[in-house]
Amino acid sequence: MSDDKLVIGGREFNSRFILGSGKYSLSLIEAAVNYAGAEIITLAVRRANTTDSENILDYIPKGVTLLPNTSGARNADEAVRIARLARELGCGDFVKIEIMRDTKYLLPDNAETVRATEILAKEGFVVMPYMYPDLNTARDLVNAGAASVMPLASPIGSNKGLATRDFIQILIDEIDLPIIVDAGIGRPSQACEAMEMGAAAVMSNTALATAGDLPAMAEAFRQAVQAGRKAYLSGLGRILTRGASPSDSLTGFLHD
Amino acid sequence: MDNNFFIDSDKLSDSALAKKHRLESDPSVRSDHMAYLPDMEHISSDIMDRVLSEMNSFDYNKYTGLDVRRALTHDTCSVEDFKALLSPAAEPFLEQMAQKARLETQKHFGNTVYLFTPLYIANYCENYCVYCGFNCYNDIRRMKLNMEQIEHEMKVIADSGMEEILILTGESRSKSGIEYIGEACKLARKYFRMVGIEIYPVNTDEYRYLHECGVDYVTVFQETYDSDRYEQLHLMGHKRVFPYRFEAQERALMGGMRGIAGSALLGLSDFRKDALASALHMYFLQRKYPHAEISLSCPRLRPIINNDEINPLDVHEKQLCQILCAYRIFLPFCGITVSSRESAQFRNGIVKIAATKVSAGVSTGIGDHESKYTGKEADSAEGDEQFEINDSRSFSKMYSDMSGEGLQPVLNDYLYV
Repeated sequence: MSDDKLVIGGREFNSRFILGSGKYSLSLIEAAVNYAGAEIITLAVRRANTTDSENILDYIPKGVTLLPNTSGARNADEAVRIARLARELGCGDFVKIEIMRDTKYLLPDNAETVRATEILAKEGFVVMPYMYPDLNTARDLVNAGAASVMPLASPIGSNKGLATRDFIQILIDEIDLPIIVDAGIGRPSQACEAMEMGAAAVMSNTALATAGDLPAMAEAFRQAVQAGRKAYLSGLGRILTRGASPSDSLTGFLHD
Repeated sequence: MDNNFFIDSDKLSDSALAKKHRLESDPSVRSDHMAYLPDMEHISSDIMDRVLSEMNSFDYNKYTGLDVRRALTHDTCSVEDFKALLSPAAEPFLEQMAQKARLETQKHFGNTVYLFTPLYIANYCENYCVYCGFNCYNDIRRMKLNMEQIEHEMKVIADSGMEEILILTGESRSKSGIEYIGEACKLARKYFRMVGIEIYPVNTDEYRYLHECGVDYVTVFQETYDSDRYEQLHLMGHKRVFPYRFEAQERALMGGMRGIAGSALLGLSDFRKDALASALHMYFLQRKYPHAEISLSCPRLRPIINNDEINPLDVHEKQLCQILCAYRIFLPFCGITVSSRESAQFRNGIVKIAATKVSAGVSTGIGDHESKYTGKEADSAEGDEQFEINDSRSFSKMYSDMSGEGLQPVLNDYLYV
């Protein structure tokens, strides 16, 4: 299991926990990264502070891969523009596509997300689209050139956990790209469960940002993600069902 | 003990016999079975490499009872679980596998069982496949039905109540060309609601043409997925080209076909590896073409005319049942066909566990439906059979037997549009 790497866009990562950077003080970012063991951190390009006083890039430790996101984009064209800006700003080729045209629930627009993915993948971006877990959309994203698929567990920022569990499982079973569960994960146990299901990684932000002790919660998430991954690789054990009694033999007819 | 496949006919000329013996004994005179012939379309696909690499690395002796138990409790069966279910370690769990398989079958298909019948329209063949009754060196009565005769056969079959037909030929492009088959399929559309074909593999545009003629389903048997063994069994002819055959189903889907079916012929090689490869072949195709309907068969080797010793070696009914349960658990939505190669008793049992489709009123000969269905003596020539069938129940007998088993016979569930 020591050579178990998360591979996205040809890049290898040891950590399977992706950290969001919003909703908490920039001064805490370094601690969060360290305690969470995160190697990827997101950055909302459109929402980043543009004054000189507080530049988030100054707070992100070296060696961590920046994952700029297109949060705030309302359609594919805006997302594409934000992604190109991020690259110009020196944020690298990774981009997480977030397209929401709903300000209440912030649910992603799958159709626009596919469109943006296709454009950006052709431009050489490593595209990681955030999406509502729908199998057909996931297949469209694969065909559009996505490097991973990031289904939501429940509405972003809600901390409600794996409300879409069964549909995420379908994506894990059917899609050959890494499935990264993103949005809605509120507790380490939920992150652990997603990993046990076979998710390639978990991304979380609000759960840490709203915790009593952010660094401690970051560490709890790291441990939960590692435990879930290990359980998945070990092969979960059998479950004894109660009350299952063998009916008449089905195989009595076999001979020769 | 391997089968002895090499049978010499005393009707062969000295030169033909000499060539046959050379092919059998000297691999260097045989063509490269991995090289496409000039007219063969070469599509871009990684499915064959994926299937073969999984199969080659499949070490079925490493699995234990614990692996099997674990596989049986998982909600979704992974490739690794499937391998455990195919392993010798799973043999003591056959009853539990059957229980789980039955649940999956019922979840996806209820109590339905589909009935169909094959119609062989020609048995000319240009291949030398050593185990097959149609092989070009085998001394059998050859025949190719004309359109009038085909229509007559179809009428006889349709009168019995059958609505789905599978049209078969020997593998001879020169004797049974695409247009001949296409015309037969157009006729079939008049008498049947569902038309499938099991013919020599063709190119995408030819599958498209056949689809336009009314065909919806393409069955191609890979025989064995072990390419070295394949080379030893298919000594001459187009069928010798392993990758072209492997990619037939994918070309059929690219040509617009709704569904595809395939399998190895169990008993030719290591059956556990062949079963793994058969299922993975369909599994990867379904992942790449999610709209495709996929189906697996499970033919075992049978005796043929002039060689009644051929048998499926170590694939006994128990092993066959294990394979079918594993197929069902791994691919719950997949059609599974059990042909008349198997006994009535086996087919009655397996439709309650895993199979979803059985043939009835079967003849693997040419132009003999009337004599077989009505007992009326044939007033014209008949062509010999591809292999000996086991279960000879008529359509009506099968219909009532399946109803008697508590199953609902279904004659068709799809309209060609």
